[in-house]
Amino acid sequence: MALALRQRSILPGFGLTLGFSVLYLSLIVLIPLSVTFWKASTLGWGSFWHIVTAARAIASYEVTFGCSLVAAVVNLFFGVLTAWVLVRYTFPLKRLFDSLVDLPFALPTAVAGIALTSIYAPNGWLGRPLLALGVHAAYTRLGIVIALTFIGLPFVVRTVQPVLEDLDSELEEAAASLGAGRWQTFGRVLLPTILPAALTGFALAFARAVGEYGSVIFIAGNMPMRTEITPLLIVTKLEQYDYAGATAIAVAMLVVSFAMLLAINLLQKWSGSRLGREELEVLPIG
Amino acid sequence: MAEAITWGEARPNRQPATVPRTGATSEPAGVRWLLIGTAAAFLAVFLFLPLAVVFSTALEKGAFAYFKTFADPDTLSAIRLTLLAAGISVPLNVAFGIAAAWVIGKFEFFGKSLLITLIDLPFSVSPVVAGLVFVLLFGLQGLFGPWLIAHGVRIIFAIPGIVLVTIFVTFPFVARELLPTIQAQGNDEEEAALTLGANGWKTFWRVTLPNVKWALLYGVILCNARAMGEFGAVSVVSGHIRGLTDTMPLHIEFLYNDYQFVPAFAVASLLALLALVTLVAKSIVEWRTQS
Repeated sequence: MALALRQRSILPGFGLTLGFSVLYLSLIVLIPLSVTFWKASTLGWGSFWHIVTAARAIASYEVTFGCSLVAAVVNLFFGVLTAWVLVRYTFPLKRLFDSLVDLPFALPTAVAGIALTSIYAPNGWLGRPLLALGVHAAYTRLGIVIALTFIGLPFVVRTVQPVLEDLDSELEEAAASLGAGRWQTFGRVLLPTILPAALTGFALAFARAVGEYGSVIFIAGNMPMRTEITPLLIVTKLEQYDYAGATAIAVAMLVVSFAMLLAINLLQKWSGSRLGREELEVLPIG
Repeated sequence: MAEAITWGEARPNRQPATVPRTGATSEPAGVRWLLIGTAAAFLAVFLFLPLAVVFSTALEKGAFAYFKTFADPDTLSAIRLTLLAAGISVPLNVAFGIAAAWVIGKFEFFGKSLLITLIDLPFSVSPVVAGLVFVLLFGLQGLFGPWLIAHGVRIIFAIPGIVLVTIFVTFPFVARELLPTIQAQGNDEEEAALTLGANGWKTFWRVTLPNVKWALLYGVILCNARAMGEFGAVSVVSGHIRGLTDTMPLHIEFLYNDYQFVPAFAVASLLALLALVTLVAKSIVEWRTQS
């Protein structure tokens, strides 16, 4: 029995549900994705490399990964702060704030895109005062960072929040009774505990930001070499019927996203093993 | 390995929201209010303002201008197409989600953790790439494209393509929501039902489904919200034919780029309402699974 492909169970439906799941998964996800890799392989390595290392493509990676990184760092800081405030303190409208944290998952990206653009446009609610300070928000890289911060906002909050909720207050009491100040307790006791969860949230926010399209294109300005994100470059190539170019860059993006998926899985295992818990609340909606 | 699963769920076992703390394990009032103020300001700027601007711009020319948007045949056609795409993709993904959650949650078999990872795959694919994938399959230069077009079947730049990419991007939601709950239930109740003579279907309908109904409902709501709101993937395969292949998010893009701000935000306000309903539903489901 050691080599059996499944354990015995009296529950019915194993064959039916496994068969249907695998068939549906293959038709909708696996076959379409493999066709993309196969299409890219017909390009040949030389031209593939030529396309993915073209100056405009490199510039778009810099914009995409640079802005995603900045946005994820912003979310790391404010996410931990928000989770802390929501778990530890009571204040007016707290439940409303808590529910609204998931808004970026629920709000369609196109709606987020036009809303953020009109807020940060030169005549917008925040765009006008920012402009008076000499800061151009919309149609610059700052605008991209703002959109990506919005998109990734729930991740760190929702990964750190359950960890803080489960935290044993005895840890902090012990630290305090051993003479640690509040800052010392935070840095030496609390921070190491929430770090794996916070990093998982950070990685998820970053991964989400790298692929994001809808909320960014309205606010980005979309200038090639300066504010053009990689997903937009794919769309532009498609609109010019450059299918080979679009496929090559898409495959480059797929490889990066699979690598990040792997990294996130490892991070989640790490945070799970550190804290003896498995489930993390992460539910992206587009 | 069941232990390695890291799926999201509507948190059923949350502790009391605030743990009362005193003295040495709390912060001085000044620090506390500074932290609360900073977090509240951050959330207000990033969450309240976008919602406020959607509704205020939609209504800035009055209720008549707002409702006039919905008399436009192109807007109505976009709403119909969005409902159609969600109406097809959500039930299909519910069927898949139930099957996948059943086989993963109730059985131990070889390749289970691989299956779990693969179900998650569409979340890590950029929406634009998801659209491109189907263009490469069914487009004019695609694998099956020429054959399909010779037989009079249009998928890309037509409604079937929109439905297909919507299925792709909403693929994991129901399975992901259902699985942790089905796993947490264990097999005991189903085994009891079978021992008492119920057949497989009856066991599922009368025992399993009532136990996971809230998780299922939440998965359906999330799946639907994403299906109606998807932009990038749909944008790649739609062809943007107004009145024919424009969904609500694509119609918003067209109106906005055409400087028709009130109609753009009026359509956007419908999707923003959908988002708010989704958040309320999430709170209700969390509350139901707690009690």
